Amino acid sequence: MLRGGGSKDAIGAPSPDATRIDMRGFTGVVDYDPPELVLTVRAGTPLVDVQALVAGEGQMLAFDPFDHAALLGGTPGQATIGGVIAAGVSGPSRLSRGAARDHLLGFEGVSGRSERFIAGAKVVKNVTGYDLPKLVTGSWGRLVAMTELTLKVLPAPREQRTLVLRGLDPAAAVVALARALGSAAEVSAAAHLPNWNGDALTAIRLDGFPSSIDARAETLVRLLGGLDTLDGPDGAALWEAVRHASPLPSDKPLWRIIVPAKEAATVVRTLGDADWLFDWAGGLIWLASATDSQAIRAAASKVGGHATLIRADAAMRATVPTLHPQAAPLAALETRVRRAFDPNGVFETGRFGGHS
Amino acid sequence: MSLLMPKPDEETLARRGEIVAAMRAIVPGEGVIDDVDGLRPYETDALTAYRQLPMVVALPETTAQVAAILAWCHANKVKVVPRGAGTSLSGGALPLADGVLLGMARFNRVLDIDYVDRIAVVQPGVTNLAITRAVEDEGFYYAPDPSSQIACTIGGNVAENSGGVHCLKYGLTTNNVLGVELVTIEGEIIRLGGRGLEPAGLDLLGLIVGSEGLLGVVTEVIVRLLPRPETARALLIGFPSVEGAGKCVADVIAAGIIPAGMEMMDRPAVHAAEAFVQVGYPLDVEALLIVELDGPAAECNHLLGEVEAIARANGAISVRTSRDDSERLAFWAGRKAAFPAAGRLAPDYLCMDGTIPRRRLPDVLARMRELSDHHGLGVINVFHAGDGNLHPLILYDANQPGQLDEAEAFGADILKLCVEVGGVLTGEHGVGVEKRDLMPEMFSKVDLAHQQRVKCAFDPELLLNPGKMFPELHRCAELGRMHVHKGQVPFPDLPRF
Ligand SMILES: Cc1cc2nc3c(=O)[nH]c(=O)nc-3n(C[C@H](O)[C@H](O)[C@H](O)COP(=O)(O)OP(=O)(O)OC[C@H]3O[C@@H](n4cnc5c(N)ncnc54)[C@H](O)[C@@H]3O)c2cc1C
Repeated sequence: MLRGGGSKDAIGAPSPDATRIDMRGFTGVVDYDPPELVLTVRAGTPLVDVQALVAGEGQMLAFDPFDHAALLGGTPGQATIGGVIAAGVSGPSRLSRGAARDHLLGFEGVSGRSERFIAGAKVVKNVTGYDLPKLVTGSWGRLVAMTELTLKVLPAPREQRTLVLRGLDPAAAVVALARALGSAAEVSAAAHLPNWNGDALTAIRLDGFPSSIDARAETLVRLLGGLDTLDGPDGAALWEAVRHASPLPSDKPLWRIIVPAKEAATVVRTLGDADWLFDWAGGLIWLASATDSQAIRAAASKVGGHATLIRADAAMRATVPTLHPQAAPLAALETRVRRAFDPNGVFETGRFGGHS
Repeated sequence: MSLLMPKPDEETLARRGEIVAAMRAIVPGEGVIDDVDGLRPYETDALTAYRQLPMVVALPETTAQVAAILAWCHANKVKVVPRGAGTSLSGGALPLADGVLLGMARFNRVLDIDYVDRIAVVQPGVTNLAITRAVEDEGFYYAPDPSSQIACTIGGNVAENSGGVHCLKYGLTTNNVLGVELVTIEGEIIRLGGRGLEPAGLDLLGLIVGSEGLLGVVTEVIVRLLPRPETARALLIGFPSVEGAGKCVADVIAAGIIPAGMEMMDRPAVHAAEAFVQVGYPLDVEALLIVELDGPAAECNHLLGEVEAIARANGAISVRTSRDDSERLAFWAGRKAAFPAAGRLAPDYLCMDGTIPRRRLPDVLARMRELSDHHGLGVINVFHAGDGNLHPLILYDANQPGQLDEAEAFGADILKLCVEVGGVLTGEHGVGVEKRDLMPEMFSKVDLAHQQRVKCAFDPELLLNPGKMFPELHRCAELGRMHVHKGQVPFPDLPRF
């Protein structure tokens, strides 16, 4: 089993017998030329170091990755960039700027055949050969031990402003956020928290040049009526909370549910007794609930979505698959693709289901 | 033509009558073409140097028909080449003498538009521009905008992962597609991704986009829609040197500005375009930049000023700012006419498509001029400057003996140069047959084998679009073999499933 900083050790079925390969020996920056918008870095480099490096040049990892320590109770600062890519970790800005998969341009690694190979490239635009960087992002270390990653970086916005509506029910919140996103206001992030310091809060973030933000905020006011502006630190705290689902209780299993945004309110209504919040304008539901896992997955499937179990005790993780089960033909195809990289199943530790 | 395609299988050729009949049994009426006149329009795509009549053309209308065709071809070991509008510049849709050409043009309906989730569900034969046309009254559009957008299909865009002049800011096809319905060579219908922002399980959707018709046939596509930006303005900036223009591009990005589009033309391209469309391009420049900014008017105004200052600091000798939309479109008209303009300079041209790290631009253009002298053929350069994607147009005359071969050799030298400076063989047009034999410039045998095994996971008998993308056709059994060194298999203690 491949391991970076171990921030996500508590995701997946416990697999105590697996041999751990610690990838943290692969650290350091290989190449970074900010105006090229390309960063090549070894996979075991801590995420915080990568973020500090690009921030120093006024840039960012636009998919808004984060450390799972806050969520799963580890020591912050350990998560590696390789782990973030392998788990496909994307935060609130994913809504407007793309997911981890949209920002991995190339990699070097060792497949389950114990062969070293490269895929993708070190330039921002490339269609030479299959897009294996997409395939390895979010593959949870089941195809390749990535040793080096080439990422697309982008300029960080000069300013961020958070505007909020109060007191909306989930259905009204989703409608308001969809209207904002369908306007020329160029919304960067959109969330709804049913209980933020006692209020139902619907939040919209605008990023960019100050004059542009002023104009776009006016567009939103025309569209949605009175909006409050959170001051800088409060806004930042809000998005930090959304990113880590921190307002939700930590003593219930935590799910990450992807749905078409317009179905979000229906899904939480169906699931009744649960704590939740919406990110991605409703497209991502963080849900803390002791409800039967089958019921949660059925509610997601019913609207064309899927649910990943992010936090649960070891007993539950041993029996409930972490990843949403797939239809049979698709599952068979996935297995064949995994076998293409790992014919002997050296990366199959049981952490994400059967050894099939 | 200098390129070798897999040798047609005699036995399959002999079964032509049976194969045509089988297709007719699946697709009724006019949907199967087997007469030479009818086949002729399908013999090539936009890489017209290569031509081959297909054995038969099938034009299905339903996913069930596609599934039945593929299942039959799979059971009968007949090769299949998918085709959209046939605008591929890399020969991706080049037919096979012993293969069925599967034309997807009749899949031409927009199935659903959802303005709440801002997506459109469309059939693969819908043209790129038709998606925007279907939603523009509501103020939306589909962002990737290949220059061929009035003709090319979204299915072809998915297969090639096509881009356009706006993809620096808005991404390529892959960043704007949320799901597909795919029929596998076995005739199985599967869905990858959906209406949500993240596919479940392995990102097979990401793999299908850009797979050049080698992994499955796309029968439905779910795309993201964007609201139209409030305004768009453009700057037309002339430089006395390519270096100055290149530095300007880098400085704009370093200033934290990602323009909606940033295009460069070299002196010969500027002259050719101006002669063709007369839009008032300055002729005394070595490089011309078009920088387009979009968003709220306040943002555009602010950024126009910043970009102009950066341009002047880098020695710009002329700067014009579009006052209205018609002037903005005039700035673009020359750039968009680069292809037909090249067509007036020579009877034929080859459009290349490498990407380089932008910092190497002056170098690469200088070396390209040397190569031009060496091969005795002219070249004009248009260039997606923001993302380093070069489109050299090599001018030649196919009627002059040897010129096509010379043009191809020149093209290959340019692409090798791109790889040598840290770039790639293709930024948006795909490998197809055109760059197939250059793949080893970029990838080792081991790298390529890892890609080919993905092909084997989808299509172990190599029936879908064979002869494209990979320089050698390895049998899958051969690729699956483990390397045995001195009788030692790796991980000898593991069960061999
Ligand atoms: C004048 C001109 C300008 C161009 N400008 C651009 C540009 O700016 N940017 C850019 O990226 N490209 C450009 N192109 C290239 C071309 O238009 C694109 O590659 C386009 O996506 C091809 O679409 P098509 O429908 O014509 O596909 P085709 O040419 O018919 O096929 C292309 C490939 O897709 C496969 N395919 C087609 N449909 C399906 C399906 N339903 N399922 C599976 N596989 C399928 C085919 O097998 C083939 O491999 C340009 C071409 C021309 C002629």
